Amino acid sequence: MQITFPPPPPCPEAEILRAEVRAFLADELAGRTPRQRAESWNGYDRDFSRKLGQRGWIGMTWPKRYGGHERNALERYVVLEEMLAAGAPVNMHWIADRQSGPLLLRAGSEAQRQAVLPRIAAGECGFCIGMSEPDSGSDLASVRTRAVPVQGGFLVNGTKLWTSGAHLADYMILFCRTGPGERHEGTSQLLVDLKHTKGLSIRPVRALSGEHHFNEVVFTDAFLPEDAVIGALGQGWAQVTSELAYERSGPERFLSTFQVVVELARALGPTPSDRGAIALGRLAAHMIALRRMSRSVAGMLQQGGNPALEAALVKEVGNTLEQEIPEIVRLLLDTEPEADGADQLAAVLGHTMLHIPSFSLRGGTREVLRGIIARGLGLR
Amino acid sequence: MPDHTNNMLQLTADRVFADHVAARELAAAESGVWPQAAWDAVESAGLTRALLPEAAGGYGVEPAEALSLLTVAGAHALPLPLAETMLAGWLLAGAGLAMPDGPLSVAPVRRGDALALTQHPGGWHLAGTVHRIPWGRSVTTLAAVAMHRGAAMVALVPSSGWTVQPGANLALEPRDTLRIAVDLPTEAVAPAGPDAGQLRAVGAALRCQQIAGALGQLVAMTTQYALDRTQFGRPIGKFQAVQHNLAILAGHAAAAAAAADSAAEAIAPLRLLPIAAAKQRCGEAAGVGAAIAHQVHGAIGFTYEHGLHYLTKRLWSWRDEFGNETEWASLLGRHMAEAGPDQLWTEISAV
Repeated sequence: MQITFPPPPPCPEAEILRAEVRAFLADELAGRTPRQRAESWNGYDRDFSRKLGQRGWIGMTWPKRYGGHERNALERYVVLEEMLAAGAPVNMHWIADRQSGPLLLRAGSEAQRQAVLPRIAAGECGFCIGMSEPDSGSDLASVRTRAVPVQGGFLVNGTKLWTSGAHLADYMILFCRTGPGERHEGTSQLLVDLKHTKGLSIRPVRALSGEHHFNEVVFTDAFLPEDAVIGALGQGWAQVTSELAYERSGPERFLSTFQVVVELARALGPTPSDRGAIALGRLAAHMIALRRMSRSVAGMLQQGGNPALEAALVKEVGNTLEQEIPEIVRLLLDTEPEADGADQLAAVLGHTMLHIPSFSLRGGTREVLRGIIARGLGLR
Repeated sequence: MPDHTNNMLQLTADRVFADHVAARELAAAESGVWPQAAWDAVESAGLTRALLPEAAGGYGVEPAEALSLLTVAGAHALPLPLAETMLAGWLLAGAGLAMPDGPLSVAPVRRGDALALTQHPGGWHLAGTVHRIPWGRSVTTLAAVAMHRGAAMVALVPSSGWTVQPGANLALEPRDTLRIAVDLPTEAVAPAGPDAGQLRAVGAALRCQQIAGALGQLVAMTTQYALDRTQFGRPIGKFQAVQHNLAILAGHAAAAAAAADSAAEAIAPLRLLPIAAAKQRCGEAAGVGAAIAHQVHGAIGFTYEHGLHYLTKRLWSWRDEFGNETEWASLLGRHMAEAGPDQLWTEISAV
């Protein structure tokens, strides 16, 4: 088994774009506090997403006929990493841009593409992912939510859990059973219009910080029209797994706690202690290596590959780093963390610590990812 | 097999090393035998000159590609001063001096070591003691950097110009103290391109390639061992705990390879920061990777007879040579701190 991360393809256009993005962010985020920036890609702001849409920075790689901009994956990467590094509130469009839109492009019907993609690209339409269930976390193939064919469509019954942003999103990509068969067989993906579908109840599940990010979504005889099916009936598993390289390899897998490093640099000042310099340099070195790996995967995706193993490696190494950062910083600086408050260092540290356990759960647990890597090595 | 053969130069190197380096040669090298046949094969394949321009006997490939043959050398635990000879050739080329045949090394390699160069009628005098010189006892010529009137100079020093106090790294590769006192002809000294600090940086970039190659080989051989070794009625690689350790090893190996590649791209024109980042990352990966490889191999990997130690002892040595993680992280960290919090990302994304 060969694991290679080829050099990211050179992309001079991307550097021109980078300057534009930086100028835009410096202006737009001028009043955003470090604590707000620390929300990273959980920060939610419909107006901000709409402005990005107007700039052409959502759906960047998609065909123009669907509202896209036909730019390359490395240009898109520049926008993503600049948003994360600056702590921009990108949550509204993040999932739609990253995986729901690309899924519809690959597998969706022409009508679905026409109806949804231009709205995503305009920054006016958000998505959530209906995968996990109360008894199906890491073991996605054990889902029980079922869509039963009826006249003109399906009746859906079941419960989705940990659905981030379902209370804010416009659509869900529902993964559920539609046919006979066990485990991976007989599963499909359906497009659910969350604002106009009857039989849905969306209830908050508050996180340990007290915040409302994820939800329980209950389907009770919810009717979905026939044309809600994405791709072919029964192809849900293959479609879901092809999304994962997009979901797992991006800069959000190692930059979620970047604001903590920024605040470390601020606290250390221009002439740090030896200990401070070594710690800051080590974190920078790790980010530099991860960034190269992550951009390499972007290049592979651009060329039509399916770098699922490489993506899993980015997430494994990246989550380990982003979870380690606050632990290093708290021992360097004499600060007691606070969830919020005026002391920005304490607040950035505190807010980050209260969210950090989720980083190696969301998008595939650490254990699942290590299993995927082991399979890639030929061990299973 | 790990992916250490994706260009022509790497394929050539892999063939040469596979033909000449096996357990017998590695054990002999540790006992002090100079592997002459292997050296002859390496030199006649032109590998020592891979970093030079084509006109000077090089392969005419980009420097980063030339360096990539050292990942193959690392994977084979090649017991020869190939990296050091390439480094000396690079230093000499920068000073416009011709690269002699035979194994070469460079000086100084330790921070704080310096040689005194003085000019006298008809030539130069070079003197001083330098420590941990790779393969000092084995090389025919040393490319040494010394300051003269505030300018860095490169001197081509024949082996008659020093006495050797032997030393070695953990893999028993020679790391000797050389006491140098030698008169040199005018033409053996020239103004250097790079200074001693830049020499150490390029040395660090070369070690990164070797570390990345050795780690790739560790992933391959440890995975194979986990598939072959049966306990409790099944291959140990079927146990989740072992799989997860191998996944961590693969992650570090991948990060080291990415870091080493960016360091290789940074030697022409020379940029210190990517190299600093890479030596930090590779050094850390070397320690974690060696520990996991040994844990999975169990007691057999702890024996002299099993070949694992030829790689792990090199990893434990190379991470400290040409600057360890602390030295390079400190340089990188001070640069980032000086840039300040609001320029931190600009600096990271520019490396």
